[in-house]
Amino acid sequence: MKRVSAWVTYLQVAPLALIFLLFLVVPIATIIVVSFFDYNTTQIIPAFLLQNYEELLLSPVTWATYLQTIQFSIITWAITLVIGFAVAYFLAFEVRSTTWQMVLFLVCTIPFWTSNVIRMISWIPFLGRNGLANMTLMQLGLIREPLEFLLFSNFAVVLTYVHLYTLFMVVPIFNSMMRIDRSLLEAARDAGASSWQTLWTVIVPLCKPGIAIGSIFIVTIVMGDFVTVRMMSGGQSASVSLMMMNAMSLLQYPAAAANAVVLLLLVLFTVAAMMRLVDIRKEL
Amino acid sequence: MATKPDVELVAVTKRFGETAAVDQVSLRIPAGSYCCLLGPSGCGKTTTLRMIAGHEEASEGDIILGSENITHLPPAARGTAMMFQSYALFPHLDCTDNVAFSLRMRGVDKDKRRAQAREMLKRVQMEPFAGRLPAQLSGGQQQRVALARALITDPQVLLLDEPLSALDPFLRIKMREELKALQTRLGISFIHVTHSQDEAMALADLVVVMNHGKIEQAASAREVFNKPASAFVARFIGGHNVLPAAVARAKGEGAFVAIRADRIVVQPGNAPVDATSLAGVTRSVEYLGSTVQVGVDVMGLETLSAVVPEARFDANPVAPGQPVVLSWAPKDVHVLGR
Repeated sequence: MKRVSAWVTYLQVAPLALIFLLFLVVPIATIIVVSFFDYNTTQIIPAFLLQNYEELLLSPVTWATYLQTIQFSIITWAITLVIGFAVAYFLAFEVRSTTWQMVLFLVCTIPFWTSNVIRMISWIPFLGRNGLANMTLMQLGLIREPLEFLLFSNFAVVLTYVHLYTLFMVVPIFNSMMRIDRSLLEAARDAGASSWQTLWTVIVPLCKPGIAIGSIFIVTIVMGDFVTVRMMSGGQSASVSLMMMNAMSLLQYPAAAANAVVLLLLVLFTVAAMMRLVDIRKEL
Repeated sequence: MATKPDVELVAVTKRFGETAAVDQVSLRIPAGSYCCLLGPSGCGKTTTLRMIAGHEEASEGDIILGSENITHLPPAARGTAMMFQSYALFPHLDCTDNVAFSLRMRGVDKDKRRAQAREMLKRVQMEPFAGRLPAQLSGGQQQRVALARALITDPQVLLLDEPLSALDPFLRIKMREELKALQTRLGISFIHVTHSQDEAMALADLVVVMNHGKIEQAASAREVFNKPASAFVARFIGGHNVLPAAVARAKGEGAFVAIRADRIVVQPGNAPVDATSLAGVTRSVEYLGSTVQVGVDVMGLETLSAVVPEARFDANPVAPGQPVVLSWAPKDVHVLGR
């Protein structure tokens, strides 16, 4: 066999390497570099200062915002996990015909046919003070006054997250479930397992990679989100990305960059922790 | 220990929609016997096994184990255990936990169930692999673990769904011997589904030949081979030539007769055709080692085969295309019921 010379190999990996370099390495490197810059109200000044990080990490606002974002992530993660697992379970084990499985799966993706923002906004007339939800509850006589917490609240933010992103949990878990050999469930039944025991001792452990992938999706999306928080909390809640937005609108790019680096590290650690818990390579 | 129970099927039927996969099957499997359900794919043998196991609900009829009607009991309450075709070992559990699974479901505490599982693994010579995951085991090893898992609940009947089909031929024969030895040692009934007549003949005390959801014959291997009940059984079990009764000039009720291939004498030439011989043309000669199988075309019949010991073949060899005469003794003609 003829040996391919080294530069041919380099040439072959060059396009992808270039794309990564241009669109991943360079931007992140820029953010890291800028995070050490100085700034005033009109300009950013190249420098190497730790001031941005100091200001960020010593401010109680930062800590509160991070806690808020982490809280949103955890609540959203927990809810989407339960709903996503249930939907995936129904699709994978309760729906027997492949045709119906595909049909119902497509139905699950219907929300994705419109943009995120539109789906978000469409909650507003539903949840508002005189919205559908309040009107219906009042007409049924269940409440006397409109529920205020429905819209422009943390409740609304989490609800929207769940609505927008549950499918990201459903798909990987469904995929894991479809790979489970059905005879394993019979073997469990043969060994005397109740359906509940089969779920906990066979299905859940075998779905772990799917759960991990779904969790990574949800956590990274929610941690990086600012549109939902801004729209659905009515400006009453903050998120880390919203903080960055605000900094940028004041042209405080170095401050925003420092914040971005901190958030990036946090997300990377979270994902790394999840990967340690579950070997997702099996699924890829 | 209490006396071992018989398994009895009483007019058991399983319908999938309109079609009956198993049609009014009645069968008694004596305690402590090795029973093989044998038949082509789609004959209802696996469905029958799954109904005994409780993984398929019988549409009609009763399944009785000892003195208890188990037709509607859940699988684990029947005193049966099943070994699945591809073993169905839990991929996320090591061998010990796989074997201990049913004990875990019963709430036996961890140390006790793992100790018991290890004991069981020792009995199938798998103790050195106790900590391995199923994916790290060979087919034969997986089968042993699956056996250990099925046996840990002390079942009265072990159900095996094509247990040897996933193994290579060499291992298949080895595991076959082990299964038989294990059954003899445990003294419980094994019900084993297979489509291989060799397997059934080698293992079974009771061979149950099934076709189209019905039992064609249920008897000892010897009886099934020497006195096949029907043309289907004679053909499926192999080693037989099925002829129209008129051709063999046999007396009796049946329309067909069976003559064992090894009882047919092949001679070259166009010798006169008497009542117990036929003239034909050699179609094929296959050397099988200690025997030679000769295929012969006879006008108006399906290809007949004769199995001739090597020495006798060498004394009187025939070649493809050569005219030959097949003859047999009248006592070797077995009249078939159907």
